[in-house]
Amino acid sequence: MSVTTTSIAVDETPLVLHLLRRADDALILGHRLSEWTGNAPTLEEDLALANIALDLIGQSRALFDYAGSLCGLDEDQLAYRRDARQYRNLLITEQLNGDFACTIARQFLYSAFIDPYWREAMSSSDATIAAIAAKAEKETAYHLRHASEWLIRLGDGTGESHRRAQAGLEELWPFTGEFFEVDAPDQSLIDAGTIPDPAELHDGWSSRINTILARATLTRPKDSWMQTGGRTGRHSEHLGHILAELQYLQRSHPGAKW
Amino acid sequence: MTEAPTPLWEVFVRSRNGLAHKHAGSVHAADAQMALQAARDVYTRRGEGLSVWVVPSNAITASDPADREMLFEPTGSKIYRHPTFYEVPDEVGHM
Amino acid sequence: MYTQALNTKETVTAAEDPAREARFQARIDAEDRIEPNDWMPEAYRRTLVRQISQHAHSEIIGMQPEGNWITRAPSLRRKAALLAKVQDEGGHGLYLYAAAETLGVSREEVTDQLLSGRAKYSSIFNYPTLTWADIGTIGWLVDGAAIMNQIPLCRCSYGPYARAMIRICREESFHQRQGYEIMVTLANGTPEQKEMAQDALNRWWWPSLMMFGPPDTASQHSDKSMQWKIKRFSNDELRQKFIDATVPQARHIGLTMPDPDMRFNEATGHWEHGPIDWEEFKRVIAGGGPCNRQRLTHRNKVHAEGAWVREAALAFAEKERARTQQKAA
Repeated sequence: MSVTTTSIAVDETPLVLHLLRRADDALILGHRLSEWTGNAPTLEEDLALANIALDLIGQSRALFDYAGSLCGLDEDQLAYRRDARQYRNLLITEQLNGDFACTIARQFLYSAFIDPYWREAMSSSDATIAAIAAKAEKETAYHLRHASEWLIRLGDGTGESHRRAQAGLEELWPFTGEFFEVDAPDQSLIDAGTIPDPAELHDGWSSRINTILARATLTRPKDSWMQTGGRTGRHSEHLGHILAELQYLQRSHPGAKW
Repeated sequence: MTEAPTPLWEVFVRSRNGLAHKHAGSVHAADAQMALQAARDVYTRRGEGLSVWVVPSNAITASDPADREMLFEPTGSKIYRHPTFYEVPDEVGHM
Repeated sequence: MYTQALNTKETVTAAEDPAREARFQARIDAEDRIEPNDWMPEAYRRTLVRQISQHAHSEIIGMQPEGNWITRAPSLRRKAALLAKVQDEGGHGLYLYAAAETLGVSREEVTDQLLSGRAKYSSIFNYPTLTWADIGTIGWLVDGAAIMNQIPLCRCSYGPYARAMIRICREESFHQRQGYEIMVTLANGTPEQKEMAQDALNRWWWPSLMMFGPPDTASQHSDKSMQWKIKRFSNDELRQKFIDATVPQARHIGLTMPDPDMRFNEATGHWEHGPIDWEEFKRVIAGGGPCNRQRLTHRNKVHAEGAWVREAALAFAEKERARTQQKAA
């Protein structure tokens, strides 16, 4: 009996690659947030985090759908049958949830980047991207509001919540450099007006961070070396575990429909 | 031990423009902004709303059910307040 | 979802005020709704508090067995649907806690009762979800049974409970369909998938029947709940309705109920089932199910881990109030 892999290879044109990067960001972060369901500090927050997770999973599906239409695959093949080395998400999205402060810090840092990104992408020369962006931006605007309000309360709440919020920020800060990376394939899309230039979003992101951290009485972590690798599939150890759960049924029943 | 209670808020949702806000339920939240977010996340998950109000539950003053007869029954006999009390000749048509 | 709370005996106290109580009963008989500030017999209030809060606890504990599969759902469509469904359970717990609060018990108090093990919740959630087919089966059977229980509660005599149930029933209408759709897909899938579906049905069928509570012949109490129109159908009536609805659905997709005695009675038009193991039911209710400890331990852990967050939110609100006052002064 011959044994073959259930993994697939994707022909990554610059556009497909970029769509996968954004789709993987949304899926992996949505997956992480979905782990909070039933585990949040209040019932209200259980519902809030699940709403955000559902928005992100929805965004990933729209992006996979578009990527798949360009490379002849469907959303589930893209999500369930690529190995960790083929996943293109930002490393920050796969980090452990940690405590509630850490999850909120991650959501804040990411949303403060991705919301302006989608706003810019609404004027993409690619009509499908523009449409996905228009829908996603409304969602991420709320994610940013939600995370900001919580970060302010945790930072300026009790001694313990302040300490935890600061620790979460410190933990995640080295992963924020990846937001602004541009490689050759992305540059070609930027030049064509297909996607926004993340470098141009940096100042706005930075000042948003400063404003909220000031209200939260938190200290902006020092910039030192930044983690990198997610965009080329060099991940942290966490992604393999996420995919082991996420993909296990599809992998153990090749060809089955669910 | 029961921990410190988080305040209760009443949630009112306007489902369509032109309609009044209607009581949808309650949430717990430490402050008004968090109550508003919770109300949005709990009560508008299926496109039920265009606008949300939150009011601290303890800010509502309610009439006493024991006063119901005194407060509300006397109006029942004022049938002259309703248009059907008056007769208009049929030939005049709708008025 | 789950009305097993009605299956504990209520000590009936002497009538507080016979004339008042008669007027109260007359309102109920006239299908009038009772509202929070209305006078009500203490036993009515206690019965409701117990039933509503246990119903709420069931929703909250029920998030665990299904939440167990969110990260492993086999497609993005299934993942979104399951996440939305488990989120709904949380929402329903929330609506119900709010309904209980109108009777003068805070969410903190009833949460304490759950965490300390004093309060009960539906026995069904003390069984484990072992395969993906369990998610289909829970949606199909457990939510199906819940709907049978809940629809009459939309007409419950207590206004806030009835209104919460109307909202819950409306939202839950997709739950059973999503469960059955999973079962249809599995039953039409590979031999392994079909086996998975049958295995899940075998494990969940009897516990689902137990959800309706003990047989009417053994039930001590629910007369008062019926009289108060909190409950409108007996356990056996609801169980029979559920069986009659479910058996044809199983047959339609080629699954077999794990009951050798199951047969259709032409004369009555009902499906008749074999004996239910009520000893198992009592044991699970009393704490002897596969997951009782796990469920409660987990809930306690979540609650304890969230304490500093709830404290922080209150502390911030307090600081803001002080700052506003300072500005005003």
